[in-house]
Amino acid sequence: MAELTEAEPVTSKGGGLAAYLRGVWAVAEKDVRTELRAKEVVGTMAAFSVLAAVVFGLAFDLRVPRPELVVPGILWVIILFGGVLGLHRSFGSELDRGTLTGLLLAPVERSAIYLGKVAANLLYFLIIEALLVPVLLILFDVNLLKPLVLLALALGTVGYVGAGTLFAALTARNRARETLLPVLLLPVLAPLFISGVGLTAVVLDGRGNAEAWPWLGIIGIYDALVYAIAFLLVDVIWEQT
Amino acid sequence: MNAVARPARSDRWFTPLLVFDLLAALAMVGVMWTALLYAGDATNLAGEEQVAQRIFYFHIGSNIAALLGFLGSVVGSVGFLFSRRLVWDRWAAASVEIGTIFGILVLLSGAIWAKPAWNTYWTWDPRLTTATITVLIYIAYMLFRNGFDNPETRARFASVYALFAFLSVPLTYYSARLFRSIHPIVFDGVNEEAQGGFGIGPTMGQTLTVAMIGFALLFLAILFHRVRQLEFEARIEALRENYDE
Repeated sequence: MAELTEAEPVTSKGGGLAAYLRGVWAVAEKDVRTELRAKEVVGTMAAFSVLAAVVFGLAFDLRVPRPELVVPGILWVIILFGGVLGLHRSFGSELDRGTLTGLLLAPVERSAIYLGKVAANLLYFLIIEALLVPVLLILFDVNLLKPLVLLALALGTVGYVGAGTLFAALTARNRARETLLPVLLLPVLAPLFISGVGLTAVVLDGRGNAEAWPWLGIIGIYDALVYAIAFLLVDVIWEQT
Repeated sequence: MNAVARPARSDRWFTPLLVFDLLAALAMVGVMWTALLYAGDATNLAGEEQVAQRIFYFHIGSNIAALLGFLGSVVGSVGFLFSRRLVWDRWAAASVEIGTIFGILVLLSGAIWAKPAWNTYWTWDPRLTTATITVLIYIAYMLFRNGFDNPETRARFASVYALFAFLSVPLTYYSARLFRSIHPIVFDGVNEEAQGGFGIGPTMGQTLTVAMIGFALLFLAILFHRVRQLEFEARIEALRENYDE
């Protein structure tokens, strides 16, 4: 009898917040470890970002009198397009390796799988942004290392990755997944993009913090909305696979 | 086998639909007559701008139809997620398809009017930005649906996307509004920087009502046909599967 009572439950469902966070951590750690071995996402995103910055430099150099005029747009466009490259691998690589079913069978909440993926993607994005800001400084001589811009980048990335990971899960089973993800993602990211560009422009123009707060407010509301919807609907995505 | 057993079911809708079609066609004739002949000229405008103002009735009419399509997609998606019945998904899909056409008409009629009124076809006004983004979301929705073979998966995923998109649109509007607006606000509220605005006289108000009702009827008529068509499609699919077995 003693043996029976001592048996540990195999599922961590309902095990409280700590168990939930352990599940999130496990998925995130698994993703990062896979990335460290396969090196298929961060390298590509980094190369694309630098390349895009160079291309923008060539496109605007002779026509734009002051680079401050275009750098806010360049920064966010590169993040927007570069991000899509990494996001679709988030679930695409699971499908290619046939590991998605295994992942979904893991004894954790579906939302914990989603959040784990978000955490891993967030790390990739932050690495790329840490690279992109100095590259833009060198190529355009515009210093983006301002607290408000960095805050907007961080908050914007949280929202972008939240929406992007959800959509990557949605498109993973679609026939045209690689090409479809940006088409789905870019229009719903419009508020984030507009606010990011708006805020960066305000800061670069030195127009004062008062004009920056509304932009941050929109980014914050967007983030809250993204995660609220994701938590409501993430179970619907993987109902039956 | 159920689907085979009652082939005449949908034909029940043939006569009511025909009546509704005629009603919509009549209403559109009414829209043409009131918008082009009955409505008075906008008194504070002159020349090209005065003529161009009449596109307003088609612009607002299409806008109503596009809005109905947008709302239909949300109602259909929520209905599907709660009931899990594919009929809701068909209403959502049909609403989006027809809403897109009217959405494009809104953008085109707006651009045609904007040239004489604003001296440019396009400007990044918040309403224009939001309308464009909404049409792009619709188009993405249709492309997205295209890539699924299983109707149940398609309905589930499309519903998630439609809901997400619906909630992002107001934020798009507010973020775009932080820039200055030059779109005239015809009804309540005054926009000091608006250009090409005009007051509404009695005949113009009546025409506007006719246009909104006419376009709403036109939208519904096309919607019913499209839903019926999608219903047939689903039944043919079911029959084919039965046949293969």
